[in-house]
Amino acid sequence: MLRISRELIRRISLHGERTYPEECCGALFGTEGEGIRTVLQIEEISNTQDVNRDRRFSLTPLQYRAAERKALELHLTLLGFYHSHPDHPAEPSQFDLEHAFPWFSYVIQTISGGKSGIVTSWILDESRTRFNEQTISEETT
Amino acid sequence: MSVNVMIPTPLRPYADSHDRVSVDGTTVSEVLSGLVTKHPALKRHLYGDDGKLRTYVNIYVNDEDIRYLEKEKTGVKAGDVVSIVPSIAGGTAETTTENVDLSREEMLRYSRHLIMPEVGLEGQKKLKAASILLIGAGGLGSPLGLYLAAVGVGTIGIVDFDKVDITNLHRQLLHGTSDVGRSKLESARERLHEVNPNVRVETYETRLTSENALEILAPYDVVIDGTDNFPTRYLVNDACVLQGKPNVYGSIFRFDGQVTVFDARKGPCYRCLYAAPPPPGLVPSCAEGGVLGVLPGIIGTLQALEAIKLIIGHGEVLIGRLILFDAFTMKFRELKLRKDPHCPICSANPTIHELIDYEQFCGILPHPTNGTNEFEISVEELKSRLDRGEDLFILDVRQPHEYQINNLNGLLIPLDQLAGRVRELDSSREIVVHCKMGARSARAVDFLRQAGFKKVRNLVGGIDAWAEKIDPAMNRY
Repeated sequence: MLRISRELIRRISLHGERTYPEECCGALFGTEGEGIRTVLQIEEISNTQDVNRDRRFSLTPLQYRAAERKALELHLTLLGFYHSHPDHPAEPSQFDLEHAFPWFSYVIQTISGGKSGIVTSWILDESRTRFNEQTISEETT
Repeated sequence: MSVNVMIPTPLRPYADSHDRVSVDGTTVSEVLSGLVTKHPALKRHLYGDDGKLRTYVNIYVNDEDIRYLEKEKTGVKAGDVVSIVPSIAGGTAETTTENVDLSREEMLRYSRHLIMPEVGLEGQKKLKAASILLIGAGGLGSPLGLYLAAVGVGTIGIVDFDKVDITNLHRQLLHGTSDVGRSKLESARERLHEVNPNVRVETYETRLTSENALEILAPYDVVIDGTDNFPTRYLVNDACVLQGKPNVYGSIFRFDGQVTVFDARKGPCYRCLYAAPPPPGLVPSCAEGGVLGVLPGIIGTLQALEAIKLIIGHGEVLIGRLILFDAFTMKFRELKLRKDPHCPICSANPTIHELIDYEQFCGILPHPTNGTNEFEISVEELKSRLDRGEDLFILDVRQPHEYQINNLNGLLIPLDQLAGRVRELDSSREIVVHCKMGARSARAVDFLRQAGFKKVRNLVGGIDAWAEKIDPAMNRY
């Protein structure tokens, strides 16, 4: 389960609406234990994809290292990343699968015509052949 | 020899929750195989089925990406830290080219691409969906435009404001003899449509400036700089950094060419390489220094190749690598380029956040709109004063082979010899200094004034302006 506050979901949605029609992405920081992950902080990351930014995002190794360092500074765990799917369902694509790391939570925010839609979270299956959906628990505080 | 391997968060569950593992080895390859021997569960996530490192797994030795060192053969010593760094990527890939279809005619036209596994139907559709902006429709813009149109890049934008001149034709194959005097953009559009009518050609008949650059660049995926002046190079660089676009860079001079890809998100930018421009006049343009006709063909086609690789997403792009080509000795060399941690625009703490005045940055003073200043003389004024029989001493600072083409019967002292031969000049006489276009002679005037010459003036526009406005029978080059 991925616990995340309504406020953080709102910030992810606003980020996706702002970069629409291009994809946005960001890092999720929080705590982890007994199968429950709690997102406590998010950080926007600029999309470094060369072309097709409306359909792709990518982070450089340096951006990834910065995210790990940030987690250390915050005394939190890097739980995963979020990205938006402009005008596409909040389901992982083949491309997402081919580029996924195990363990991370991959949060996907649908943006339809500039407006945010549903949010889902996914974890790579041990077989590396598919994603398993992770339940999101939206907290009010 | 023992080194520490840093394990990223998502792989720690496969390394018994360790965030670092100590492994013996003298190369990255040995260290990694030691690591997966210790923690076999890691193997599947680091290596693909082909036994090669997965493309989105990056390995760093201390702070260096091994791609810029000797890859997996990179040596390590005790105390080094090897880091496994994931590339995080995602997106709706199936739909990248969802709305792009190739007609039967296009299938045939691109059939030699379609049968290459690295391009294929997907790559060809990516090319069709892509848009590339060419800055300049000249020497580099010619092969760039011709090849990018031929391979089916969907949209090609071109920025230029020049007319085709006969001196362009020895290298600018977009334009032909019958195009002399026409707008370069008109001639380019016609030629590209003839090469491939499927390509959309967008033209911008303007000088690229700080005011219009961001708007012109915005819709394009890739920008290609084919200009030969410093203000535009810095402008294109800064605009690309600010908008997060790759800039495929090329430059040519006489027998030498350079190519690289600047992409500040992944590597250095032009300012990391050249923080400040050279003084005006130090580096001559093609018009002043000359260029071998074939050279832009080689450099421009290399730029076209890099742009295609950026779009199809295969191959190793020239990010962080500068290719130097010497046509005289027929040698290619490669230099590694590093991101400057203090770069004024692409570092973590940039001091430039918007486009600036690039003419001023490059030390180029705006031309006075109403005539000339006290250190300059127009060709018209020179002509009327010579006609009145005034005592003017003419100094030509070009090279001897230029003097052979045309001259004003002046004394020839090439700029690079001026300091040693300054005693040949009489400082009591009024001196008019000229070169071909006026840049070298401006430096000569500066030098002479500092050397104590009071009555020395630069001929604006050089002998070329004289040939154009005063003596149409004179040879030009």
